[in-house]
Amino acid sequence: MALIEVDNVSRTFTVRSRKGRLRREKRQVNAVDGLTFQVAEGECVGYVGPNGAGKSTTVKMLTGILVPSGGRLRVAGVDPSRDRVRLAHRIGVVFGQRTTLWWDLPLRDSYEMARRIYRIPAGRFRANLDRCLELLDLGPLMDTPVRQLSLGQRMRGDIAAALLHDPQVLYLDEPTIGLDVVSRNRVRQFLREVNTERGTTVLLTTHDLTDIEQLCSRVMVIDHGRVVYDGGLEGLHAVGESERTLVVDLAEPCPPIAVEGARVVRVDGPRQWLAFPAARSAAPVVAAVAAGYPLVDLSVREPAIEDVISRMYAGEVAAPVRVG
Amino acid sequence: MADDRFPAPPGRLWWGLRVWWMTAAMWTRSALAYRTSFVLMTVGNLAITAMDFVIIAVMFHNIHSMGGWDFHQVAFLYATSSFAIGLADMLVGSIDALGNRIRQGTLDGIMVRPAPALAQMAADRFALRRLGRPLQATVILLWSLSGLRVQWTWDRMLMVPGLLVCGTAIFVALFVAGSCLQFWVADAAEVQNSFTFGGATMIQYPPTVFARELVAGAVFGIPLAFVNWLPALHILGQSDPLHLPAVLRFASPAAAALALAAAGLAWRAGLRAYRSTGS
Ligand SMILES: Nc1ncnc2c1ncn2[C@@H]1O[C@H](COP(=O)(O)OP(=O)(O)O)[C@@H](O)[C@H]1O
Ligand SMILES: [Mg+2]
Repeated sequence: MALIEVDNVSRTFTVRSRKGRLRREKRQVNAVDGLTFQVAEGECVGYVGPNGAGKSTTVKMLTGILVPSGGRLRVAGVDPSRDRVRLAHRIGVVFGQRTTLWWDLPLRDSYEMARRIYRIPAGRFRANLDRCLELLDLGPLMDTPVRQLSLGQRMRGDIAAALLHDPQVLYLDEPTIGLDVVSRNRVRQFLREVNTERGTTVLLTTHDLTDIEQLCSRVMVIDHGRVVYDGGLEGLHAVGESERTLVVDLAEPCPPIAVEGARVVRVDGPRQWLAFPAARSAAPVVAAVAAGYPLVDLSVREPAIEDVISRMYAGEVAAPVRVG
Repeated sequence: MADDRFPAPPGRLWWGLRVWWMTAAMWTRSALAYRTSFVLMTVGNLAITAMDFVIIAVMFHNIHSMGGWDFHQVAFLYATSSFAIGLADMLVGSIDALGNRIRQGTLDGIMVRPAPALAQMAADRFALRRLGRPLQATVILLWSLSGLRVQWTWDRMLMVPGLLVCGTAIFVALFVAGSCLQFWVADAAEVQNSFTFGGATMIQYPPTVFARELVAGAVFGIPLAFVNWLPALHILGQSDPLHLPAVLRFASPAAAALALAAAGLAWRAGLRAYRSTGS
């Protein structure tokens, strides 16, 4: 039995908006619409999609915050909205936009409160806390009031708080949004450790493709509340016909580079941008450029998830695709 | 789920009370981060509630009875009403911040914890300064009891603490049920305030000074009359302006139980109607 089972789940919101002076309009928004997927224990799943796709709504239904309008939902065998308080012991949640730490109190107090609310045995609490403090580098911040922490520090604090009770599933809704590179890397490393060493199932919502690349073996893309892609990252690039970009710096300005398997999309003095299919290796392109041009420096840029997804639509990817 | 990683839940009520206590303690510590304003607010609060009684005292400087009730009797009503709402306000009053949490979607963070959301919300932004009101009410109650001309039979003596408990419970139910409206109506906090604080002011005065319809509303509608009016008729030997069956004077525990049950149902329905915010 899968740990998370989502079967034809939908959620609508009634939105009232003012039209003109007196007229009021009621509109139904289908935030999630016939969503179906399963996640097995121990998986790390990237959950991506454009803004308003229904990612947060899905996470809120999986945690029992929102009651679905239709369909069937099971996490660890229970219906989240009916058994919310019991399920809470088995899940950890991090909302990137808002903290659940105690704002005016030192970080230490939030953890102590978690220990009592989750009724974590003292020994296990100590061990988990020590591990989190070390891996997230939080030790020196324990006595700092949360309101004085930077965004990255606070996010690390939130992630630690969500893991002290050894949850089976960890949901993260945009945990890396707005973080600096150092914090981002720490968070990613930590999450990888949690998933691979502890076996915690992770469902990660993000806009950053690098998060997914480094952490998730599986990506689910949703749009308009439906799964439009479910499979590996490689497959996503193939389906989305996405392209990576090779940025080359030449010794002097040259005419647009002509090599097999890539096309120039931009030229700016000695710098040129070449697009090539993301599913293919960069090596042959680089070799071809180096052979025919005075190459000084180069870098490869990954396609942005938004581009990949919008290409999927341009390419009329209609039905959900399941690739390996 | 017999798994030692997930402890069996303790009794619901007991666990709810413990969570309330832990949450209130955390908010008290948070408030102490701003020590000066904590002291100022406590003093200010005491001054404001004291004014309420000064007004009644000034009135009795000129009159000897109000609707057939003397000063000590009215003080009894004042003190019992003030005690009940004061204690209820301290226990669950912060729940009226629910509206903010609903609008900002910050109820989310409360709902993912393994603890009753009601217990956490009741102690949300818990403020120790609210202890001022029930303390002041206790002082006036003692003064009133010392001056009442009442034959203190055992039933009357038992009814005084019983009235305080039931009255507090009724106001707790009103706070919770009133705040629940905010799950459906964005700005319902005012409605709740007029029933709770407005109602508490009303029952500081004898029922005889109000229109019969208003008194009937407090018996059969919002059950404010059960807080102190009805039991006080028996304790103080006053006559009932509505001539209702005497059994109602002893019905406060039943009214409180009903009100609490109704508030609990409203809360559950409200939580299921919660829609968070888009993000
Ligand atoms: N509480 C709400 N009330 C009304 N509409 C909402 C609410 N929450 C989400 N929505 C709408 O549902 C859709 C999906 O939102 P959301 O799940 O937050 O998207 P995402 O997290 O993928 O950006 C959006 O159109 C959003 O406006
Ligand atoms: Mg979102």
